[in-house]
Amino acid sequence: MRTSASTSPSASPSTAAARPRLAVWKFASCDGCQLTLLNCEDELLPLAAEVEIAYFLEASSATVAGPYDLSLVEGSVTTQADAQRIGEIRAASRRLVTIGACATAGGIQALRNFADVDGYLAAVYATPAYVSTLSTSTPISAHVRVDFELQGCPIDSRQLLEVISAFLAGRRPAISSASVCTECKRRGTVCVMVAHGTPCLGPVTHAGCGAICPAWHRGCYGCFGPMESPNTPALVRELTVLGMDDRETGRVFRTFNAAAPAFLAASRDAAEGGGIHAEDTDAEDTDAEDTQAEDTHAEQ
Amino acid sequence: MAQPEVVEAVVRPAALGTLVEVLRARGYRVVGPTVRDGAIVYDEIAGAAQLPVGWTDVQQPGRYRLERRGDAALFGYAVGPHSWKQHLLPPRLRLLRIRRGGGEGSEAVEGSEAVEGSEAAEEFEAAEEFEAAEEPTPRTRVAFLGVRSCELHAIAIQDRILLGGGTRDRDYAARRSDVFIAAVNCHEPGGTCFCVSMNTGPAVREGYDLVLSEILDADHRLLVEAGTARGAEVVGELAGRAAEPADRTAARAAVDRAADRMGRTVEAADLRDLLADNLEHPRWDEVAQRCLTCGNCTMVCPTCFCTSVEDVSDLRGGEAERWRSWESCFSLDHSYLHGGSIRAAGRSRYRQWLTHKFGTWHDQFGTSGCVGCGRCITWCPVGIDVTEELAAIRANSLAGDPDPTSAQPRPPAREARDDAS
Ligand code: SF4
Ligand code: SF4
Ligand code: SF4
Ligand code: SF4
Repeated sequence: MRTSASTSPSASPSTAAARPRLAVWKFASCDGCQLTLLNCEDELLPLAAEVEIAYFLEASSATVAGPYDLSLVEGSVTTQADAQRIGEIRAASRRLVTIGACATAGGIQALRNFADVDGYLAAVYATPAYVSTLSTSTPISAHVRVDFELQGCPIDSRQLLEVISAFLAGRRPAISSASVCTECKRRGTVCVMVAHGTPCLGPVTHAGCGAICPAWHRGCYGCFGPMESPNTPALVRELTVLGMDDRETGRVFRTFNAAAPAFLAASRDAAEGGGIHAEDTDAEDTDAEDTQAEDTHAEQ
Repeated sequence: MAQPEVVEAVVRPAALGTLVEVLRARGYRVVGPTVRDGAIVYDEIAGAAQLPVGWTDVQQPGRYRLERRGDAALFGYAVGPHSWKQHLLPPRLRLLRIRRGGGEGSEAVEGSEAVEGSEAAEEFEAAEEFEAAEEPTPRTRVAFLGVRSCELHAIAIQDRILLGGGTRDRDYAARRSDVFIAAVNCHEPGGTCFCVSMNTGPAVREGYDLVLSEILDADHRLLVEAGTARGAEVVGELAGRAAEPADRTAARAAVDRAADRMGRTVEAADLRDLLADNLEHPRWDEVAQRCLTCGNCTMVCPTCFCTSVEDVSDLRGGEAERWRSWESCFSLDHSYLHGGSIRAAGRSRYRQWLTHKFGTWHDQFGTSGCVGCGRCITWCPVGIDVTEELAAIRANSLAGDPDPTSAQPRPPAREARDDAS
């Protein structure tokens, strides 16, 4: 994602009279990435001074009509209506940046891509006919052109501010797409895989979090999605050496970024190896996995 | 203060505590080996109690474990995941801060100093509406305790790169300017060590203020030898006894035994030519199947010096900062030219690492870039072993073969081909 940020500068941030218009949009998501923006307490006032926050329902119900200079999009596309809405947002936005695993890879709800959605509807809803949904959860980039993708589940607040600052200044965001390992080593953390035998997805995962989990003696769960050149087959061989079977290696790639191509291929390979199956997402197991994911983040 | 200079003494293990105290009293921050998170790392230590007494490490490709030794050895292990590079070439460093609308009467950027004659600062100040301040150079007195021979060679290599020749890194120069080096002769090589092959150890030869040899017979003691006048002053404060021939013999024997127990070997002769002749060796494809392009090997390598520089600006566009971070030839950014990376394939990136380390380093700096410490082997998550890769290439060298690609242009075009993959 180093293509478009620097092609033409957006409105000058120093001319207060014509402040750039920022919009924040929600698609299928948990709101965690929008909350990351709201949690940037020290920077919110400077941000509000530099941009006109024209549309951000999570913060204010007052909205201003487009066009917008910068749109931040959270969430994935899971309904026909949303597939149409994202097209309208794209048309009204000079720059469109997707934030978070949902928007960049389909999110945890992309587990539906491996399952029978009609079956779910029948099992969960008394009147499934009232529910209008697509059978897949897809990233925003599958529908419209995206100027920059910021990965993470949730995204990292410093990275978000860096991306916004970069777009305001008309420069390329300084966001590395190398492995979590590079951050882990810069931080001086002892590798949990080599020194403890703990499986870790850091080598195939996109940097950005600052390598939080290994610093707490846990393997990386891959919540930032695939790094720039993920060699997942090589890592899976190592995970197997560390004692994981096909089912387990398949499942570690089916969490927050299950539909990201490299992780998808890894879980498909595991399924072919006799591990998880396309239909293997029964509700109980899915709940258990969600809880585990929450635990990981609660510790942070 | 004048101290008695003692060039050689024999001390009890407890004298290590005195050594740390003496160094701290002289204003040195003491950094040495200590156990943390299941490994022996280099960290600031306040006393000898923090040394890894009685610990050893068991190392093999992609695996590192601490084990108890059953004695009270102070230095009974090899090198761990950290190197002294952490302290001389920090992983992340702010280089410069720039503020818009400086000019007359404005405050200097907090905590920084404007550097006279600094090119970067002048360039920005020429525009008048900016005020630039380079990061102040650190004033650190630091003592490295427990530096191995391979590590001394690594520091010498980084000195040559960062201080010698046409470039001089001002931050590195400042950090390097007042380092007291208490070295140690290796008696317990790791399973991935090959310093004998690289002619960098295990005996310490030069570049130290003092060097320790631990003698682990019934009379546990250390032979301390000074290498500089200030080292001799410190040895003078350790209250040891005079060294006898038996002490020297025992110390010598221990390091000789270590040389015979290297975990690995490399046939180092002509590696530069061997690699230059084998840029199209099929082994590069094989190793690329295994390589994660994660960059761990370069990060733990004590000689890898690559860094990247990033400029960031704040939300208001009022302040900008320039940061430098460790970079790796395994990242796409490392070879990013306008429009794309010239080493897009993992094969090209692994080849860059190995051929630079063992080959083109000679052309650039007149030495090998490898000191045989084995860190890249141990800390590679999938256990890729440079000694094995070099041996595989040597075993089936393409040198002298009729070049199947001779009709094609030489290396630059080969790199370009990767971009298409
Ligand atoms: S702990 Fe994980 S992220 Fe850190 S270096 Fe090891 S494999 Fe990479
Ligand atoms: S799972 Fe942990 S280490 Fe991995 S990307 Fe997420 S926060 Fe970072
Ligand atoms: S091997 Fe790679 S990271 Fe190390 S110095 Fe050479 S190019 Fe830089
Ligand atoms: S050789 Fe090993 S440590 Fe180096 S980039 Fe490849 S997998 Fe990572």
